[in-house]
Amino acid sequence: MSEQAIDSQAGAATSMVEMRGVNKWFGDFHVLRDIDLEVSRGERIVICGPSGSGKSTLIRCINHLEEHQQGEIVVGGVPLTQDVKRIEQIRRSVGMVFQHFNLFPHLTVLENCCLSPMWVQKKPRREAEAQAMQYLERVQIAEQARKYPGQLSGGQQQRVAIARSLCMHPEVMLFDEPTSALDPEMIKEVLDVMVELAHDGMTMLCVTHEMGFAKTVADRVIFMDQGQIIEENAPDPFFNDPQSERTQLFLSQILGH
Amino acid sequence: MSVRPQARPAGPKPPFWRDRAKRALLFQAVLIAAVAAFLLYIIGNTQANLAARGITTGFGFLTNTSGFGIVQSLIDYSSQSTYGRTFIVGLLNTLLVSALGVLAATIIGFTVGIARLSPNWLIARLASGYIEIFRNIPLLLQIFFWYFAVLQALPSPRQSLSLGETAFLNVRGLFLPEPQFLSGFGLIPVAFVAAIAASVALVVWNRRRHEATGQRVPAGWLSLGLIIGLPLLVLVVTGVPVTWEVPELRGFNFGGGITIIPEFLALWLALSIYTASFIAEIVRSGIQAIPHGQTEAAQALSLPQGLVLRLVIIPQALRVIIPPLTSQYLNLIKNSSLATAIGYPDLVSVFAGTTLNQTGQAIEVIAMTMAVYLTISLLVSLFMNWFNARVALVER
Amino acid sequence: MTHNDEMIPERPAPRLTVGPLAWLRANLFSGPVNSLFTLLGLYLLYVLLTPAIQWALIDADWIGTSRDDCSREGACWVFVNARLGQFIYGLYPGDEIWRINVMFATFAALLAWLAIPRLPFKRWVAQVTLLVFPVFAYVLLYGGHFGLPVVETHRWGGLSLTLILATVGMVAALPIGIVLALGRRSQMPIVRSVCVVFIEFWRGVPLITILFMASVMLPLFLPTGMSIDRLVRALIGITLFQSAYMAEVVRGGLQAIPRGQEEAAAALGMGYWHRMGLIVLPQALKMMIPGIVNTFISLFKDTTLVMIIGLFDLLGIVQAALSDSRWLGFAVEGYVFAALMFWIFCFSMSRYSQYLERKLHTGHKR
Repeated sequence: MSEQAIDSQAGAATSMVEMRGVNKWFGDFHVLRDIDLEVSRGERIVICGPSGSGKSTLIRCINHLEEHQQGEIVVGGVPLTQDVKRIEQIRRSVGMVFQHFNLFPHLTVLENCCLSPMWVQKKPRREAEAQAMQYLERVQIAEQARKYPGQLSGGQQQRVAIARSLCMHPEVMLFDEPTSALDPEMIKEVLDVMVELAHDGMTMLCVTHEMGFAKTVADRVIFMDQGQIIEENAPDPFFNDPQSERTQLFLSQILGH
Repeated sequence: MSVRPQARPAGPKPPFWRDRAKRALLFQAVLIAAVAAFLLYIIGNTQANLAARGITTGFGFLTNTSGFGIVQSLIDYSSQSTYGRTFIVGLLNTLLVSALGVLAATIIGFTVGIARLSPNWLIARLASGYIEIFRNIPLLLQIFFWYFAVLQALPSPRQSLSLGETAFLNVRGLFLPEPQFLSGFGLIPVAFVAAIAASVALVVWNRRRHEATGQRVPAGWLSLGLIIGLPLLVLVVTGVPVTWEVPELRGFNFGGGITIIPEFLALWLALSIYTASFIAEIVRSGIQAIPHGQTEAAQALSLPQGLVLRLVIIPQALRVIIPPLTSQYLNLIKNSSLATAIGYPDLVSVFAGTTLNQTGQAIEVIAMTMAVYLTISLLVSLFMNWFNARVALVER
Repeated sequence: MTHNDEMIPERPAPRLTVGPLAWLRANLFSGPVNSLFTLLGLYLLYVLLTPAIQWALIDADWIGTSRDDCSREGACWVFVNARLGQFIYGLYPGDEIWRINVMFATFAALLAWLAIPRLPFKRWVAQVTLLVFPVFAYVLLYGGHFGLPVVETHRWGGLSLTLILATVGMVAALPIGIVLALGRRSQMPIVRSVCVVFIEFWRGVPLITILFMASVMLPLFLPTGMSIDRLVRALIGITLFQSAYMAEVVRGGLQAIPRGQEEAAAALGMGYWHRMGLIVLPQALKMMIPGIVNTFISLFKDTTLVMIIGLFDLLGIVQAALSDSRWLGFAVEGYVFAALMFWIFCFSMSRYSQYLERKLHTGHKR
């Protein structure tokens, strides 16, 4: 995985994700306002902000789970349009981890991981399973491969979900509040996997409130409020010297106690 | 270490009516005694009543000649046949209308249920209109409507509505052309069976190939083409060895061809349309029961829409749909007994109706009729338990 | 690096994504296939509705007394009008119809009291409805006391008979259903098997065979010389049938109550009947109401089957009126009227049960 990421980093100098002037409405509600964002290959970005600020919507636009109405999104050099083939092409290079895991309950852990390799990348089962086992080992859950998601704890399920995404060899990973639905004692096991992933050079966009994670791995922290990017900065200045009043207020609320 | 049964706590023994185990035993003994006494009472009364009316009990009447004809029969039957044969004819007619009803209700129900979820507002509204109208009107009323208001209002055979002069619809029923098979036609069923076998082989081969190499062919479409195409091809090659006997007007009615009696049409239409409205609701709620996150996760894995449905949504929705669906099938089979109200010769109509009236063997006839439905119910519930055990999602 | 404290003002969405035009595009014409479906749907509506409206409203005859007043092309509502009294009250003597009206008015008032969430004394009203009201209704309808002339049951009919059959069947089935459901959950194997056999037997056979059984076998079960009213026979059949379905609804409700409730009651030293009667059942009953309403809807529709054993419920009396030689040929009008009556009752009850379900769900999330 890491080799590939480095390869592609060397191969293409362009940025991994580009958003220019992106606007989105839910009905009359203006959820994303003039979003400009550029993510280079290998960059780790943490997005935070109060609930309803549009941060989840922002990353869901990147793999077209939500459709933006104005502006331009380019992923790995491919502009996002209505073309179904192109959307599928972009989704192949973008992995996503959800707040509620969204594992397929009727398939075993291993089958969950092999689904996309076998049906989208058209790999033989043996190859797909061998590779899935590799990733499951990496998230330290290989011994559960034959179980069903319902038999696993929340933390284990989320690690399987990460492995499932990695099986597609994505060039960028999106994390949509991956630890919000977890019991406190399970948050660490998931964060550990994410930190390791970051050290291997994966391009990551994480929507999360885990400020410890942001401080250790993020290259950049983005603060969003009311659908716009209010402040973006490296973690040190962001946490120690926030410029915007709203950032200060938000940080005091989540770090204050 | 061996586990020994725990000793009961020491102390004065309670009187037996306060000892839990003994009280349960006593209660159950009383219950058995009460049920038995009730049954004995009924049996005694019944025997006295039957004796007073001079009715002999037993199943001997089944070998007697029935003396009445039946308008639709899947096996040879005449007024010379026995009551036993009447029972079989009725049972087969029940099974016939039930099977065709299940088929039609499933097709209509799934179509309407999926239409109900259509992103097209108008289609979704039309589907929900269908559901709300037909499931809130009694089935018997719908049967009457189709029978008395629609089919009985059709023109007489002389003024039949015709479809290209080959099929005719009139107050006596629907008259369809009947295929007459010439020599050489036998090859076509052979071709059909061969096509099915080839399709099965294709599907298996395709799955194995997919497992081994990741490559697939569209086996579903190919099989469909094979199953339709091969018999057609053989049909053309052998020079179409079939002629159609078209029904024609003879005197006051049509002769020749296949006749579908209006009683069957009315019952079948009403059963299918009514049950379909319930099936549509089951399909809708079954699909909606799958959280949207499942679709999103599958999309994020870049599965195309067809595969999202086939690999993620349908397998999960079917688990939710099939148990209530089978109970709707069961309802349909039981509801087919309403045939008796318009005279379609089903089991209840010819056996619990005519046979009972002629023989007076109320106990035997009703018991046999109920036994048939109970057997069907039992078989269906056994299937359902087996299915549930098989597909139950493994949880902690 | 960057920060931006200025609020970007909220802008309206681009015109093509909101408003009626966008709604049309998204919901009716989002692609060629969808547009085709929309046009097909519109065509279907046109084909079905125009003749129906033409027949039922525009070309229909409304006023008159005999079929001669029906001269126009459309529906002859005169027929329904002339028979309306029968359709609703059956052959109940004209001077006594007030008794049916009083009975249903009282019943409606009691039900309304129970259905409106804000009114007090629910428990009392429920007990009056279940215990006192049936006696009152019977005395009022059948007569023979307080100077009320007797009206034999064979004169009862129409919509009022349908309602009587359904409500009596329901009210009688509820307690039996509760006992059966408790029995099915019992620890005692014999009690459990007796209940399971009873429930599965009545659920496994069609109502029509039960009604046949009630009408031809029940008289055989009674001591010689004792006879039993036809209506009562039908009611017994319906009650047995309904109690099995009710038992399953009650079982569902009982299963929804967490085990902890019963354990807590046991820990307080309550016996079985106290635990059930004071703790589990009152909570479970609330959960069951939507299910109870749904089985009631089924029963309401199923009461039409009594016409097969010779009672004149709403459908039965409409069917009988259709064969009146003075009014031949108005089958569609009769069926449409009966269908409309049934539909109004069933649809409004199903809406009520959906409302209750939604309320229950939100109540649980709290």
